[in-house]
Amino acid sequence: LLACFLADPAPVSAGLGFLTTPDPGVPAFFWLVSLLLSSLVWFISVQISNKESAAQQKGLLIFGVVLSVLLQETFRFGYYKLLKKANEGLLTLSQEETMPISIRQLAYVSGLGFGFMSGAFSVVNILADSAGPGTIGIHGDSQHYFLSSAFMTMAIILLHMFWGVVFFDACEKRCWWAVGLVVIVHLLVSCLTFQNPDYTATLVPAYVILFGMGVWAFYTAGGSLRNLKLCLTCKDKDFLLSNHRPR
Amino acid sequence: MICSYCVSSNSVGNKIYINLNETFPCVRLLNATHQIGCQSSFAGDVGVVHLLESEENLDWVLGSGPNPPYMVILESTLFTRPIMMKLKHGSQRVAGVVVVEPTTNPPDGFSPHTSCPNENTGVYSESYGPSYAHCNVTVWNPLGTGLSYEEFDFPIFSMKDSNDTEVLRRCYREHNRAVNGSTPQYPLCAMQLFSHMSAVRDTATCMRRSEIPFSLTPEEVCDPLGDENVWASTKPLNNTAKGHKEGESVVIAAAKMDSRSFFFDVAPGADGTATGLVALLAAANALRNATAELNRTILYTFFHGETFDYIGSSRMVYDMENNQFALDLDNVHSILEVGQVALGSNSRLWLHSDPVSRRNSSVNVEKLASNLHLAAAGLNISLEEPNVTQPLPPSSLQRFLRARPIPGVVIENHQASFTNKYYQSIFDNAESLQLNYSPNLTAEEQLEFVTDAAKNLTEVATAVARGLYLQAGGHPAGMNAVQADSRLVRPMLYTFLVRGKNSWSEQLVSPELASQLKDRPTNFYIGVHQQMSEPRFMVQTILANLTGTIVNVTKENCQKQKEDEEDLYYYQWVQGPLRPNSTERDSFCVRSGVRRFAAKSPAFVLREYTS
Repeated sequence: LLACFLADPAPVSAGLGFLTTPDPGVPAFFWLVSLLLSSLVWFISVQISNKESAAQQKGLLIFGVVLSVLLQETFRFGYYKLLKKANEGLLTLSQEETMPISIRQLAYVSGLGFGFMSGAFSVVNILADSAGPGTIGIHGDSQHYFLSSAFMTMAIILLHMFWGVVFFDACEKRCWWAVGLVVIVHLLVSCLTFQNPDYTATLVPAYVILFGMGVWAFYTAGGSLRNLKLCLTCKDKDFLLSNHRPR
Repeated sequence: MICSYCVSSNSVGNKIYINLNETFPCVRLLNATHQIGCQSSFAGDVGVVHLLESEENLDWVLGSGPNPPYMVILESTLFTRPIMMKLKHGSQRVAGVVVVEPTTNPPDGFSPHTSCPNENTGVYSESYGPSYAHCNVTVWNPLGTGLSYEEFDFPIFSMKDSNDTEVLRRCYREHNRAVNGSTPQYPLCAMQLFSHMSAVRDTATCMRRSEIPFSLTPEEVCDPLGDENVWASTKPLNNTAKGHKEGESVVIAAAKMDSRSFFFDVAPGADGTATGLVALLAAANALRNATAELNRTILYTFFHGETFDYIGSSRMVYDMENNQFALDLDNVHSILEVGQVALGSNSRLWLHSDPVSRRNSSVNVEKLASNLHLAAAGLNISLEEPNVTQPLPPSSLQRFLRARPIPGVVIENHQASFTNKYYQSIFDNAESLQLNYSPNLTAEEQLEFVTDAAKNLTEVATAVARGLYLQAGGHPAGMNAVQADSRLVRPMLYTFLVRGKNSWSEQLVSPELASQLKDRPTNFYIGVHQQMSEPRFMVQTILANLTGTIVNVTKENCQKQKEDEEDLYYYQWVQGPLRPNSTERDSFCVRSGVRRFAAKSPAFVLREYTS
């Protein structure tokens, strides 16, 4: 896989890049590559398929979606591996004993990067089409298309973040069933969109899953109801202390 | 990943917009003092669709409708002056107008042109026949509404009545129609029209803007209307020696070859233009073998742009006065012009002449008229003269009379006002001439089919040819040998009015220009001078073949001859007929006296745009 090629020559540079601020651009790039690969496969399969048969085209689309989800998760794993290597490399270089950067932070950033790029790709074409005098509906389609696209995109971005957190934590703890569950949930959400234009049937389950994943990620990241209360009332000393940087 | 378009494979754009094909805009035109026509704003104009049901329904658009601005869809029966004027004055609430073109001509007639065409650029004015000026005696185009010469601030398009129009009507019915006084709710069916024009104000302003010298990227915001006139003569004339030719006395046989309508690039011009054109072309062919017996030269001239204040003829007169043409006005003996000559149920034609110059005894119109009467004797048409006190109808002859009194006659099919009910409109087409081809016929059969129009036009062409023969000094005894060939008139009419690209026309063109033949009726609009106009290309090709001679040279030599003998002749390599059962053609070289010269108003030469 591409991730493996990158891992060896660049652990130090990747690690150095992370010394200052974790950059969501790198995971975004990984997502982009996964999309490129999956779309290549889909494009080739469409070209060699029977263009007239609608059932075959729909089947190909489903196949494309599933393949893309699997590739994204594979790249997420690859990115995790890359980060681990980078961190170990840095550990040998620097004098400190603990990990320079929290793997949780990186999980969050990776999820954000993935979500951001995924959201951008989903929404930019739709935005371009919406920037004209017209709206959907001249052939009788539902006018809620733009609105539900926006909500769905938001859900996916947040979901990617939560998946990132859960996924990395599961990989750290070698908890493979959790990794598998993340993949399955991702597949589920993507396939929910096949119910469009019945937007209620798509959005409601998606948001339910979002809420569930959010709670799971919150607990995975070490949150609890007590922390939440303290945070909200600005009395969490640990949080305040840990973010007090030495000059 | 989001599957955004799972149900069908249309992209989002297709779910929002429907593109309409086969639409024709109305464009901006400028003259010395005004701008006419229509234009949209730079990014196009958007409006809520409203199908106008009647003139009373206009109130919804102009007053009571809650979602202005509106895009008004008009059936062609409602495309009238009163409605358009009301829309023009309500232009804050009107985003644009779309006119649905009907499939048959309106029976009551329709003419968007003015009722007195070329009123200010003819010969009649305060100083010449003032009582005849401004259509005081005869209103030539009584059905004229003048819509083509109004200025509109919104785009106006025409659409053919087809599937797209049905979609439009359905869209309106489903979303926009107010039922029982209720207000239609958004989202509504809307339409966007793009027809932005750079030209504004008048010709002088526009030309000044196009010639700004300090700009790094000079941009032309308008172009002069113009193309080329075509002429040919029965005796070769040296085209390189300009100015007066000693001893030459020519009879000019003139016809116009352009037309217009309210919409851009649509100008079928059947009665208005094509009939006169075809008659003169057939007459030129009829005289090709009789040229030895003539002691005067006949100059066949086809003027372009006559619709727009006599562009072609004014340029020719200007060139003649300034020694820029192969002849000058002293060489002109008389003028015979063929105007609208479609014959109705009565086969009567009228010889119009100018009453003012006729009073001058040196101007011998009677000889010309009597020659024409003699020519028509024995034919199935009758030539008569209207009352002497009637002025000339709009014709190229008027521009010559502005320069000096020359005897001239214009042959028309109307005694007073036009009989053409569709003058300068989209309806002046094959249907108005009753050029009916049975739909069972193939294109080949239609080409050969003998319509009444073709028969009548052949008679007219014969009369014109014989009249020219006599006027040019031919002996009456030899007159009957001069006969127009109906086997040429039929395909010519078909080519101009039904389909430009057919087996007859393909034989006549040169191979490089064969792609210029179109699969539809000829568009007679003059257009701007950078683009070759269809009628000029076809007239020059047909005239070369009909009056020229075949010379036995190879293709390379044909091209070479073109350069050698440029003074006297014009050489053209012609595709020729298809060999049987083959795609090869027997091409040959044609030598003729066909020439072209610029038909652009002298104002652009003089750079005086205000007159």
